[in-house]
Amino acid sequence: MNKKLFYFIPYTLWLVLFVGAPIILMLLQSFMSIDGQATLANYQIFFGSGTYLRMMFNSVWYAFLITVITLVISFPTALFLNTLRHKDLWLLLIILPTWINLLLKTYAFIGILGHNGSINSFLQFMGFAPQQLLFSNASFLLVAAYIEIPFMILPIFNALAEIDNSLINASYDLGASKWQTLRHVILPLSADGIRAGIQAVFIPSLSLFMITRLIGGNRVITLGTAIEEHFLVTQNWGMGSTIGVVLIIAMIITMFVTRERKKGGNKY
Amino acid sequence: MKQPIIEFKNVVKSYGETQVLKGVDLEIEAGKFYTLLGPSGSGKTTILRLVAGFSSATSGDILFEGKRINDVPANKRRVNTVFQNYALFPNMNVFENVAFGMNLKGTSKAKIKTKVTQLLAMVRLAGYENRNIDELSGGQQQRVAIARALANDPEILLLDEPLSALDYKLRKEMQYELRELQKNLGITFIFVTHDQEEALAMSDWIFVMNEGKILQNGTPVDIYDEPINRFVAEFIGESNIVNGVMLEDYLVSFAGSTFENVDAGMRPNEQVDVVLRPEDLDLTTPENGKLVVTIDAQLFRGDYYEISAHDDNGNEWRIQATNSAQINTRQGLTFDPEDIHIMRFNESEDDFDARLDNYEEVGEMDE
Repeated sequence: MNKKLFYFIPYTLWLVLFVGAPIILMLLQSFMSIDGQATLANYQIFFGSGTYLRMMFNSVWYAFLITVITLVISFPTALFLNTLRHKDLWLLLIILPTWINLLLKTYAFIGILGHNGSINSFLQFMGFAPQQLLFSNASFLLVAAYIEIPFMILPIFNALAEIDNSLINASYDLGASKWQTLRHVILPLSADGIRAGIQAVFIPSLSLFMITRLIGGNRVITLGTAIEEHFLVTQNWGMGSTIGVVLIIAMIITMFVTRERKKGGNKY
Repeated sequence: MKQPIIEFKNVVKSYGETQVLKGVDLEIEAGKFYTLLGPSGSGKTTILRLVAGFSSATSGDILFEGKRINDVPANKRRVNTVFQNYALFPNMNVFENVAFGMNLKGTSKAKIKTKVTQLLAMVRLAGYENRNIDELSGGQQQRVAIARALANDPEILLLDEPLSALDYKLRKEMQYELRELQKNLGITFIFVTHDQEEALAMSDWIFVMNEGKILQNGTPVDIYDEPINRFVAEFIGESNIVNGVMLEDYLVSFAGSTFENVDAGMRPNEQVDVVLRPEDLDLTTPENGKLVVTIDAQLFRGDYYEISAHDDNGNEWRIQATNSAQINTRQGLTFDPEDIHIMRFNESEDDFDARLDNYEEVGEMDE
């Protein structure tokens, strides 16, 4: 028993130093005014001002859009990947981009979408006028979804791979069409993977800030952007921490909503 | 003859280079209990998958009531399957599993309820409607799988080694129940197994398969009594197989002596395999024996002793006896002429049947 505890020491230290302590510090900081006085003002400001609430709504709304877009692309992709012969190899190709630094990928998109980028060059070549692609909501969603897609595909792919093929045969055998099999057998049995994918995409998307600036051109201002501004620009650590706390609470709510539920209920 | 419900015409199934079915012809009549029997990899499950529609034949025709169904998808065939691992939907309870097919067809709720209740009662699971699948034992899951497959009123029920995961006692019980079920329902069962005992006990008709071919088909008694070749003889029950020479009709020589038997229709002095079943052999005193053997070993099997012995020509003999024997003693071995089964080398099933018909007719005329 003692030995087991011994092995746990490094991770416990890590947790305390880099997870526990920062959260406590942030909590404390969120109750501090800009000149170091204990106060509830930060929370009052947050929930009293239309700007912050709009930012929160923006964060949730864009995270939702990003999640929906990645889900709509990822589920059919995962389904298709599972039918391939060398599916692990193909999966590797999809995971590969996640090994590349996020900033690098974002800059690559600036090169693609920019005023003199590849797409506009092509448009010009075809005889069209160059378009403003960068710094738009659409380009923000495109890049964010691109970056998040592997995190959605992976858990769905794994859940689908675990479904026993004879269950699908059984469904056809009992008279189900392809569509009915998807709806009544494949979808419910991959629900855990879909849930895990939603968590893995929605929660980080709530606090995106770099892409909002580099690709969205600060047209989309989310809570992530606000935190960055408060810590690095206005130096109002108290307000930044308050937003951080609100974000953490939003994440906990997301986890709770998408948690694994006991099965039940007739789904016909 | 009646129109067969399922017919295979020279069906070949290949996966890449490997042929798992090498030109199979078979006919299945409605309302009987059929068994595909063979070792793993013999192609028996492949035949089942072809009938169910889970895979398609590489060449050849599959007919259902005379119509070609090669291109009919699984969900449009009036055939249902009980899977080896049961394949019950884990996201649904017992009721929802059994009702799955009827729900898809849009049967009314009231009708579904009546039917599910009736089916569960039939497989002795009344009152289990709301159980989750993972709360059921293997035997119970098996029954749910049967009820679910029968809920669509199939013409044919396919059973893919459904008893292999059950323990010995439950397996025996289910053998009786399945047989009973088939008789009561009157629909065709096609049962796949590698267990010869199971096949003999349950079937009206057995197809013995090996390496993608049907070696022999017939009633259990026919196949047991008249195996066509060494493989069938060894696969179905225990056998003593020795080399012999068919001197003339009804006279065979093996183990250094000549014996009267009941086979005919072969060339004079043809080399053959001679089969004697262990349960047809009796031990007696050396003077009364047709052969004299020395007892090597014996095992107590509960309802009989399994004795192994060798004769003076070095042939091994396996004997099932109700009484034990003394090891290393010399004993006589007796058997009747009808206990001697002759197998020609490389005789096809058609030739075998033709020869049997031929000499049986001659035999009848003689009398």
